[in-house]
Amino acid sequence: MTVNSDFLKKKATDVRIDIVRQIYHSESGHPGGSLSAADILTVLYFHEMNIDPKNPKAEGRDKFVLSKGHAAPALYAVLAEKEFFPKEELLTLRKLGSMLQGHPNMYKVPGVEMSTGSLGQGFSVSVGMALANRLDGNAGRIYTLLGDGELQEGVVWEAAMAAGHYRLDNLCVILDWNGLQIDGRNEDVITVTPVDKKFESFGFHVTRIDGHSYEEIAAALTEAKKMKGRPTAVIAKTVKGKGVSFMENKAGWHGKAPDLEQARQAIEELGGEL
Amino acid sequence: MAEKMATRQAYGEFLLKEGKTNENLVVLDADLSKSTMTGAFAKVWPQRFFNMGISEQNLYGTAAGLALSGKVVCASTFAMFAAGRAFEIVRNSIGYTGANVKICATHAGITVGEDGASHQTFEDLALMRTIPGMTVLNPADGPSAMKLLKQAIDMNGPCYVRLGRASVPSVYGKDADIAIGRGNCVREGKDYTVISTGIMLNEALRAADILEADGISLRVIDMHTIKPLDGDIIEKAAAETKGIVTVEEHSVIGGLGGAVAEYTAKRCPVRIAFVGQQDCFGESGKPDELLKKYGMTAEDIVKAVRELEK
Repeated sequence: MTVNSDFLKKKATDVRIDIVRQIYHSESGHPGGSLSAADILTVLYFHEMNIDPKNPKAEGRDKFVLSKGHAAPALYAVLAEKEFFPKEELLTLRKLGSMLQGHPNMYKVPGVEMSTGSLGQGFSVSVGMALANRLDGNAGRIYTLLGDGELQEGVVWEAAMAAGHYRLDNLCVILDWNGLQIDGRNEDVITVTPVDKKFESFGFHVTRIDGHSYEEIAAALTEAKKMKGRPTAVIAKTVKGKGVSFMENKAGWHGKAPDLEQARQAIEELGGEL
Repeated sequence: MAEKMATRQAYGEFLLKEGKTNENLVVLDADLSKSTMTGAFAKVWPQRFFNMGISEQNLYGTAAGLALSGKVVCASTFAMFAAGRAFEIVRNSIGYTGANVKICATHAGITVGEDGASHQTFEDLALMRTIPGMTVLNPADGPSAMKLLKQAIDMNGPCYVRLGRASVPSVYGKDADIAIGRGNCVREGKDYTVISTGIMLNEALRAADILEADGISLRVIDMHTIKPLDGDIIEKAAAETKGIVTVEEHSVIGGLGGAVAEYTAKRCPVRIAFVGQQDCFGESGKPDELLKKYGMTAEDIVKAVRELEK
């Protein structure tokens, strides 16, 4: 399938605008890691995955699990963009009674496959989903997005060991490698590198890509599909806060909402209006 | 002499039986399949058995993924690691999602014996019953374990099933009437009530025999379901007898005793004495020696009843 980068860029920009808008209105949330993941999610939902917003539980569909559940605004934005639910809902993020919880809830939001938020668990659950699909002869693939700080969770490596052992070639892990976590740079908090060698030694096929290049993301996902007998880990180099100049590469924007002025400026940079 | 069987043995036999007709059943273990008794299922249906290795967090995460994909999953390890080590995964990936996982946790309580304090769980019932939507079961013997496991498999949603290592005399026959959520009055009595859970039932019945010789009539209830708790049978006991003794191979904090105390405080205040692990760690020893040393025998139940009499 050819990659329509102009189309994907337009979608990703809308997703970014909606991320900022949601977090501004909720006055809380995680913009940095949502913006870094926006391009990856856009390629998954608008290029790669076999999903149908009109039939979100369709048999044989591909499933996406947001293991880094705090990037919920990115997932909500892309699901709304894909018309799983009306965009107006986005402005209810994190508000009492909203279906858009601070971290995703699979029973409240159409298109959300797993309730996540506690790091590492989405990956572990994905291993179970991949095993189930194999048992059932279900061709649906399982995609899981992990954060780099998330790799510090022990269960990530338990899950990786199992995925390698059971040769889950229907599982593709994507690492949103923005290099920053709440307390600062990964290597200053707890070193997680070398990630490629780690995943390789756990039996994964590993590719390293620019996580903001639509062509590279799409190519990595295509390559993963062809892989037989091994799960894939796509290490996607990203920029935390990508697309908003004053948020880029700043750990301080991990879990902070922009004020009115900042939100205006952010959305203006992205070419939209608050 | 009654037939003897460990509840984990009943679990192994149950899986072999259930596997024949229930093709949707998947069994997971964490390198303890010989001890938890899932090994027999693994031999017959290797394609529906996954050994996750010594990784209890991933054991329960993977179980959630399989269950949320439509499987009914029995996932086993020792109670210490199922309820303790993996607690937050059980809470978030299984409890919060309502995943159809049956956490069949063996080697619970002090009767794990020689392995000692690190493996003797007294906290699991307390932990598991705080999770919304979690059904918590603690069968008394082999036959009742079989019945409860079958009902657990047939209901949709997460269950914690507490199973033991040690062989215990069977109280129930094969045709016993056992239902999740309904306590069983196994012996009528009018003076005091013992509410027992799990394998303590034999001790409770023995205590009733001892007291009968002294002219005290003890009612014995098997509360195999800790959650949802059978409030009716407790209210009846509170109204018809002079006090309640709770008996469990678990901490006196937060388990059966806690649940009964919470219930009676709200609905039918009554004097209660608590027999169980008295807020301390265990040690190595033979199960019988440990039950004696840590105060979980018929004699301790008798003593508790005498306290209520004062």
